Amino acid sequence: MTEIRTVGVCGAGTMGAGIAIVAARAGYAVVLYDTNADSLERAATQTEGFFAKSVERGKMTEADRDAALAAYTRTTKLDDLAACDAVIEAVFENLEVKRGLLAALHKVCPEHTIFASNTSTLSITEIAGGCGREDRVVGMHFCLPAQLMKLVEMSSGLNTSEAVFAAAWAFCEALGQRPVKTKDAPGFILNYFLVPFNNDVIRLIEAGVAEPADIDKAIKVGMGYKMGPCELLDLVGLDTQVLLCEAFHGVTSDPRCAAPPLLKRMVAAGHLGRKSGRGFFTYDRNAMYGA
Amino acid sequence: MPSYSIVDTGNSRSFPVDHPFLAGAEDGGAVLVYLGIGAGDAWRADGSKTAILVELGTGCLGAVTGESRGEEGSNTLGFARFRVGDGAPSDLVELVRQPHSDAAAIAAATLMLEGAGLEVSLCTDAAGRILDRLLRPYFNEALAKLDEGLATADDMDLTLKLGLGYPEGPIELLERTGLHHHHDVTKALFETYGTRHYAPARRAVVAKQRAARGSGT
Ligand SMILES: NC(=O)c1ccc[n+]([C@@H]2O[C@H](COP(=O)([O-])OP(=O)(O)OC[C@H]3O[C@@H](n4cnc5c(N)ncnc54)[C@H](O)[C@@H]3O)[C@@H](O)[C@H]2O)c1
Repeated sequence: MTEIRTVGVCGAGTMGAGIAIVAARAGYAVVLYDTNADSLERAATQTEGFFAKSVERGKMTEADRDAALAAYTRTTKLDDLAACDAVIEAVFENLEVKRGLLAALHKVCPEHTIFASNTSTLSITEIAGGCGREDRVVGMHFCLPAQLMKLVEMSSGLNTSEAVFAAAWAFCEALGQRPVKTKDAPGFILNYFLVPFNNDVIRLIEAGVAEPADIDKAIKVGMGYKMGPCELLDLVGLDTQVLLCEAFHGVTSDPRCAAPPLLKRMVAAGHLGRKSGRGFFTYDRNAMYGA
Repeated sequence: MPSYSIVDTGNSRSFPVDHPFLAGAEDGGAVLVYLGIGAGDAWRADGSKTAILVELGTGCLGAVTGESRGEEGSNTLGFARFRVGDGAPSDLVELVRQPHSDAAAIAAATLMLEGAGLEVSLCTDAAGRILDRLLRPYFNEALAKLDEGLATADDMDLTLKLGLGYPEGPIELLERTGLHHHHDVTKALFETYGTRHYAPARRAVVAKQRAARGSGT
């Protein structure tokens, strides 16, 4: 296996920007690619801000920060990924978009380049299908926010070679992350458990069993969870929960994964959670998260 | 905080050891609390009390008080301190109301429990209340996915701890607290809900069979 030195990240949104920070912090040369220049701009600002804080808190030296930023480039041109040894994609959660990207990347990147997908709901095998190097595609599911969360759920597609998976695993560890091995199954581990659990919470509210605040308190005090499910749903966004439900229910037909009627009504009413100022709880829209 | 008296029928799951709540009881209290496995049988209606609390297991309050036409409700409430199997009881008390429960009884019971350092979540008389109803399908799924090889037990536990900040993963939690107890609770809920997610997972059935043979879990 060729040593990984240069890492491409596709998609400079919420996840891509964070993953690029992880790679830069670990000492890799990073090329961040997005078709949208505004996303790249936003990612650049976030990255500089994040590294400035890291230096301030003594988690990174100024020299390391300068080196990381010097080796970090942004582009709207796919051809600029030609020197990458590994590419992690975090573009829109859409099978056609991801497949199109991997097929185009296959033409641009050298033969040895490993492709990793950060998909939450799609199949790694399906994303890899037809890209031209199905044996070199792995699932690498980071958690939000990627720059703070260590966990990465790693999976192989049906055609992924064992050597590539092993190389991707070593790469993940070299990124300073904690990989866990799972399967190319809907939602991997986290979302497989979380999405239907959260739906059950919504059904409990809909059935009038308890108020959101009582459910959150029960979970936090009874189980020691840091966040209650209603708080978490408001943070993730109720519209996102609907999308997750549609993706999982479409594949598994598990009734627990079907979007509960109350969830759909709340989204229809514009109660999307924190981002709209109201979900299961109400929020002061000017308040900073975590404040 | 209202004064309260305790009728202890023995083997309370909510208060297996000394607790400030037990120490704070006095004779002739305004609230009467029935504790222990015989709480439901010992219960007597008494309109002179501000509230009467009956400790519940997996059963419903309606099985104690009777119910009809959705019009049930009085000064009698149900409660249980949440606890998984042999694990220590948490500080969370699920306080069970019926459609027409007295608001004054709920307020007094809440103050009394909070006065003893406990936290209270109010819920209706649903099978499994809040937590067992939400958690048992998750536990069964985790056990099933372990059998299907989704991940090793360690990786599954680690994923939920690192990814969601849970203090403990599902497999280690169930094995620490007794998988056979999970079997009993989820089976009781299965009777009401009837969906496969409440049906005891294979590993829970095995643990129950082994416990029944007296060879532990
Ligand atoms: N948000 C989360 O909590 C989370 C967590 C884990 C994984 N994921 C997964 O990560 C991926 C990205 O999610 P996100 O929340 O960061 O999305 P996002 O909408 O914030 O960002 C997506 C970015 O991709 C860019 N993009 C879209 N199509 C592109 C293309 N063909 N080429 C280049 N750039 C393109 C967009 O311009 C945008 O900047 C999805 O697969 C999602 O399922 C999300």
